[in-house]
Amino acid sequence: MAPSKDGAVLTVDVGRRFGDFRLDVRFTAEGGLTALFGRSGAGKTSLINLLAGLERPERGRISVGGHVLFDADAGIDVAPERRRLGYVFQEGRLFPHMSVRGNLTYGRRLSPPTGHGQDFDHVVDLLDLRRLLARRPRTLSGGEKQRVAIGRALLANPRLLLMDEPLASVDAARKDEILSFIERLRDEVKLPIVYVSHAMDDIIRLADTMVILSDGAVVAAGAVEDLMSRIDLRPHTGRYEAGAVLAVTVAGQDLTFGLTELAFGANRLVVPRLDLPAGTALRVRIRARDVSLCLTPPVGISVLNIFKGRIVEIETGAGPMADVRLDIGAPLIARVTRRSLHEMALEPGKTVHALIKAVAVDRPSLGRRGTRARRG
Amino acid sequence: MWSITPLETEAIALSLRVALWAVLWSLPLGIATAWLLARCDFFGKTLLNGVVHLPLILPPVAVGYLLLILLGRRGPVGGWLFDMFGITVAFTWKGAAIASAVMAFPLMVRAIRLSLEAVDYRLEEAARTLGAGRAWVFLSITLPLIAPGILTGTILCFARSLGEFGATITFVSNIAGETRTLPLALFTLTQTPDGELGALRLMIISVVLALVALIASEVLARRISARIRG
Repeated sequence: MAPSKDGAVLTVDVGRRFGDFRLDVRFTAEGGLTALFGRSGAGKTSLINLLAGLERPERGRISVGGHVLFDADAGIDVAPERRRLGYVFQEGRLFPHMSVRGNLTYGRRLSPPTGHGQDFDHVVDLLDLRRLLARRPRTLSGGEKQRVAIGRALLANPRLLLMDEPLASVDAARKDEILSFIERLRDEVKLPIVYVSHAMDDIIRLADTMVILSDGAVVAAGAVEDLMSRIDLRPHTGRYEAGAVLAVTVAGQDLTFGLTELAFGANRLVVPRLDLPAGTALRVRIRARDVSLCLTPPVGISVLNIFKGRIVEIETGAGPMADVRLDIGAPLIARVTRRSLHEMALEPGKTVHALIKAVAVDRPSLGRRGTRARRG
Repeated sequence: MWSITPLETEAIALSLRVALWAVLWSLPLGIATAWLLARCDFFGKTLLNGVVHLPLILPPVAVGYLLLILLGRRGPVGGWLFDMFGITVAFTWKGAAIASAVMAFPLMVRAIRLSLEAVDYRLEEAARTLGAGRAWVFLSITLPLIAPGILTGTILCFARSLGEFGATITFVSNIAGETRTLPLALFTLTQTPDGELGALRLMIISVVLALVALIASEVLARRISARIRG
């Protein structure tokens, strides 16, 4: 796809009133996976319906890969069937009167063989659909339906894939499987994806860029690592546990003790063994409550990860806790009691040592970074 | 006693022909009307809905008389039809088909409209995001999904046409071999001295025809919905 002049794959600046609710959104996204995050009612689904052309904005402009899909001033409003945006709906929306094969090939027959042209067999294998081809949607499980829905959207040769909480109706056991499918789409197929979710775990695992929506407006947009370390965004990301996200690469394996070393900047983070080749780009979430602080370099301690850093910001709320934002070459957040804050005389500018237990970094706090990630 | 007389054959054949043409003409119009009523909002929608349903409530004789006024050789529509195309409908079997179609139309529209309203419009949206234009969405998604409703509407329309009496006799009269359908033949025999046995036989034929139509529709409907639900 030919990117537009500014390098953005998706440029959105739209407004529309839905009854009492007003949506007014402006953001741009590069390739890779862009997550739209917000509570229910924030306007996420309304926004992607505007992108898909199922609803019409009252003002603004939408362009994808240099193609203008909507421009109120120029009177451009491309019909949904000509936008070539694959849409994976929350509820699948498979056609009940067609087999899985019929569903998968529905859009394929209608689309010109350009763009991210997908080979039928490749998609069927990627999504593990071969043995389902003759089945009817009614007989599929939630996870199977969603995989078919993803395949159907992919095979219509979209310029961009819109996914509206595709995991909402999927049971936990199949969720991980679909998450890896989406990762492969992002990394192997190199398809730009807009992914709507209110599950921060999924976003950290999948997204390169995050757009936070609240009450129909963009609160913040940027790299996931940057937004997650911003204490001021806590009211929006708040339902999710506080923590920082580090962009790391696999640096080496400690086979004797079953550990893996992850590099970020000049630092090394030791975590339980990950079966990944050296150089693999990952995103690691460090929960604030798993980080302790110490004024002097600790000795004789079981904690493997000790990073020297400087306090950037301290946020105290009404409760007994305080969040301390550190700069250890990357942003890190530590949650300590206000009593510790007082006894250690912590204040911005002070040098401290941050302690992270290796076992605190578990599988769900890891995500493979997209190849188009801007950082890391 | 057990063989069907030429007069009975004539009435049955005529009835089937009239009913068939009534269905063929109302089907596309019925789908279009049902779609307008189910999916569109426009000025005069309530009025259209009322007009469509009028034959259900009006005395059939009134409908027949209205058709006679409109479609008679000197009527506004009938006169135009004759002048432009040389077509006469009053007092012909074509007129009988029109009378049957008008009387059965609300039943057909109702059945199709109900099934249209049950179709999840979000499936149609999904089809559009996959590259299908409005017309293809209708043909490939909507139409197959409302097939059971269309079938029900068709059978109802067909059965209603077989039994149409009041509007027919008023509009196209009771002409042997031209407009004397099964119910009209039966009525004629009841008015004829020594016609009881003939009337009884026609009554039995009517019951058998109606039963066959209903059973066939039931079987078909089951097959179609099984195919749709998969």
